Amino acid sequence: MSSLAKEFTKGFWDVLPPFRLVLGLCPVLAVTATAFGGWGMGLATTFVLVCSNVLVSLLRKVIPAKVRIAAYIVIIATFVTIVDMMLKAFVPDLHKMLGIFIQLIVVNCIILGRAEAFAGKRGPVASFADGLGIGLGFTISLFVLGTIREILGSGTWTLYKGLLSINVMGDAYQPFKFMVAAPGAFVGLGVMLAIITLIGIRLDRKKRRAQ
Amino acid sequence: MGGPESFGAYLLFIVGAVLVNNILLAQFLGNCPFLGVSRRMDTATGMAMAVIFVITMAGMITYVVQYYLLVPLNLEYLQTIAFILVIAALVQLVEIVMQKSLPALYRALGIFLPLITTNCAVLGVALINIKKDLYFFDALVFSFASAAGYGLALVLFAGIRERFALARMPKVFEGTAIGLVTAGFLALAFRGFAGLAG
Repeated sequence: MSSLAKEFTKGFWDVLPPFRLVLGLCPVLAVTATAFGGWGMGLATTFVLVCSNVLVSLLRKVIPAKVRIAAYIVIIATFVTIVDMMLKAFVPDLHKMLGIFIQLIVVNCIILGRAEAFAGKRGPVASFADGLGIGLGFTISLFVLGTIREILGSGTWTLYKGLLSINVMGDAYQPFKFMVAAPGAFVGLGVMLAIITLIGIRLDRKKRRAQ
Repeated sequence: MGGPESFGAYLLFIVGAVLVNNILLAQFLGNCPFLGVSRRMDTATGMAMAVIFVITMAGMITYVVQYYLLVPLNLEYLQTIAFILVIAALVQLVEIVMQKSLPALYRALGIFLPLITTNCAVLGVALINIKKDLYFFDALVFSFASAAGYGLALVLFAGIRERFALARMPKVFEGTAIGLVTAGFLALAFRGFAGLAG
């Protein structure tokens, strides 16, 4: 596999946020009451992550090492402002649903973490692949968690609010409200984290046996 | 502009911010440090104090920035950038001032201060203050009450976590996973306060 493809695909398993890379938990807990919120937040974060990664990478020789964190935060905040305005203009439903969590993308440690660990040291193309892979991995994680929580907690599966919402469980289903409320977010994420860890352990064991 | 108008309403406003709408357990703000520093009681207490201090200060300063700088100049769209810079600068400043003038407190809180810039509870409370359209004093009280709620949840959680540090559990749950499940049950307990205030 070429190195570029490797930078892209590592986001889907090796450093899959938020499970393999336990960072940026606040938005994960807050927006996954519906599948729609999950992928909306995921894509907004992906946009900011890709743009900030590329810009940080382009400016990596210009930014003095001592003020790099402050510079990264300003770059990230700029793209967060752009996302905030775009969502408000084009997808007002999503903007209302995510609320202050759009602006809070700025303190999502995944983005600052990638700027510090990857984009500040590597070229723009590799940084683009890294940001896109990790962002899409994050989007899929949020979408899956949102799907599980919404189907159990409300019996529906909202792919797009007001346009595409499937009544999965049927009308007779008594919703397990716990899952869409705050405590269910913590328990749901905890159990999912344990399952991903379990799969990781199994895969490692299989790989070792194969060698 | 709005806010509570009678004494009773004020009390409910505070109880609501501390317990019912706890920023950590009901609004999911500041979870990374919550899971990171809650393994031991003393680090949790240090973090709780540092967070209370910074959230209250940041709440006041961002309020002033919003209403006396951004709104008169029609620069509201710079809110995110302005607030995060204020918070980052504030944390640095607090660190320097404390190191010189309150060395004992600095030694107690020192290592937690830099971590606070990326604690989303700080920016979160600053944004909620503006969103709720509060008066300055109400915003100050709200910031302090929210931060106190954060500290309370953090210290309670550290107490629980210390107890089960030696418990046997399935290997895959060790560490963060069981921490999240426990936080879920603590959040469930906090929902019991929901009858107290709206």
